[in-house]
Amino acid sequence: MTATTPIAAPGAGAGASGSMLRRLAEGRALPIVIVVAAIVAIWYAFTVYLNAPWQLGVYERSDTEWTAADLVRDTLAQERPVLPAPHQVLAEMWRTTVGVSPTSRRSLLYHTWITLSSTLLGFAIGTALGVLLAVGIVHNRAMDKSVMPWVIASQTIPILAIAPMIVVVLNAIGLTGLLPKALISTYLSFFPVVVGMVKGLRSPEVIQLDLMRTYNASTAQTFWKLRWPSAVPYLFTSMKVAVAISLVGAIVGELPTGAVAGLGARLLAGSYYGQTVQIWSALFMAAALAAVLVALVGLGHRMALARMGVRP
Amino acid sequence: MTVSAAVERESPARQAGRPVVEAHGLGLTFETGDGPVEALSGVDLTIGKGEFVSFIGPSGCGKTTFLRVVADLETPTAGTVRVNGRTPQEARRDRAYGYVFQAAGLLPWRRIEDNVALPLEIMGYPAAERRERIRRTLDLVNLTGFEKKYPWQLSGGMQQRASIARALAFDADLLLMDEPFGALDEIVRDHLNEQLLELWARTTKTICFVTHSIPEAVYLSTRIIVMSPRPGRVTDVIESTLPKERPLDIREAPEFLEIAHRVREGLRAGHSYE
Repeated sequence: MTATTPIAAPGAGAGASGSMLRRLAEGRALPIVIVVAAIVAIWYAFTVYLNAPWQLGVYERSDTEWTAADLVRDTLAQERPVLPAPHQVLAEMWRTTVGVSPTSRRSLLYHTWITLSSTLLGFAIGTALGVLLAVGIVHNRAMDKSVMPWVIASQTIPILAIAPMIVVVLNAIGLTGLLPKALISTYLSFFPVVVGMVKGLRSPEVIQLDLMRTYNASTAQTFWKLRWPSAVPYLFTSMKVAVAISLVGAIVGELPTGAVAGLGARLLAGSYYGQTVQIWSALFMAAALAAVLVALVGLGHRMALARMGVRP
Repeated sequence: MTVSAAVERESPARQAGRPVVEAHGLGLTFETGDGPVEALSGVDLTIGKGEFVSFIGPSGCGKTTFLRVVADLETPTAGTVRVNGRTPQEARRDRAYGYVFQAAGLLPWRRIEDNVALPLEIMGYPAAERRERIRRTLDLVNLTGFEKKYPWQLSGGMQQRASIARALAFDADLLLMDEPFGALDEIVRDHLNEQLLELWARTTKTICFVTHSIPEAVYLSTRIIVMSPRPGRVTDVIESTLPKERPLDIREAPEFLEIAHRVREGLRAGHSYE
């Protein structure tokens, strides 16, 4: 669940955000509004349905007379519901972001920042590592044969299993704090960058490579003048995936390692104390964060392509 | 520069210039899954300075392979080849030739002027000289005014002209052209043929030109090399008797048709139509 939410969200978020105003102006936002309204309606229906048994128990124990309207009202306002209503989640998010100081441990923004900082650090290291590995794989036959299988094998190990190991091992060699968590993000995010960049650096056409050869261009010249610019679109596409799974990595990294702050810690604490509203608001924050990060990479992609004179 | 070029053009020395490309018993066999393929076999050929030589023949006759061997993009398995008296590899390191491919192959993220600048950057020309050479070569291919455009903003014919400018920019004496107009329509092709002849007349370059088209070969060349497949070999060499000045309508002249007929006969003799 935690793994799928942030990845699923950005597609919808990034697609809608940029041109939403224009679509509204042209009246094309209606289908989106209808879909969102349908989801909210279904959610409310399930809230009543799932929270009703507990509420009925309460009525029975206290011998209260109740009507359908009472039931609906009460199931939507429970303190620890099985499924909180959307407005409860939004109210909780509002209360914990705007209502408290961002430096407070009770602030959702504080926890978001903790997760965001390790996401960004892990993403930066992962992207750099991915690019370096791809450059090695493209230019060195031995690396091409030997590294790629390990890169793929690394992704078959469940991150939940390896995350505590990374933290324990790094603690043993004196690395604590942000870096171990960031390295879990790195572990996930370097993979799409390696795969994308290997493809990107190999994307120049044969005649372009032949052309460089007729100029007697050095490997470095061929790299900087041909391979690297050819790979830029591939880099940004991989970075979109990498930034989203970096966030997943940061959250997952907080779960089994006893972290006391961050969205992952927030999820864990919420589940210990049955604070479903807190869990859902952390989930929503994670999804929103992923959407923003992916949209930012997408913006960078468009700006880079525009600078490179790609056909609009 | 222009004066000496003019003198050389008028003098018969141009026809018998010093050899730029010399091939002796040249052979190249590719090992494929279906066994060896003889792309070139026993090619003996000498191309003098200032010649315009066309290579014509059906697919698989080795005309492109020959060009690629001269350019050191393929390594021959038999015989020798010399470019300016040196090995192709040395010639390539000397940047002795410009190569024009079948597709323009412009880098899409570079403006036209930056595409022309690409070889100059790689070869380490200073910025001021780069600018001067870009201006001159773009003028030579009639692309002045398109310096700031990106490749996608140009038609196919203009892109191919830009790629010719790119091959001319570093002033190699030898121009290797591999079906440069093959992907263009006939109207554009006629126009570019005319411009190419004009360009050749204005410079002292030696041009090796691969083509599928008989009229194109006859119209452009001082010499036509007819080639044939399986194995790729030279079957006929035809000296053109056409005058240096060649308006487009020379293609209806009896002399032109006579040469075209000889080329066709040469292709037939090499079983190229089978």
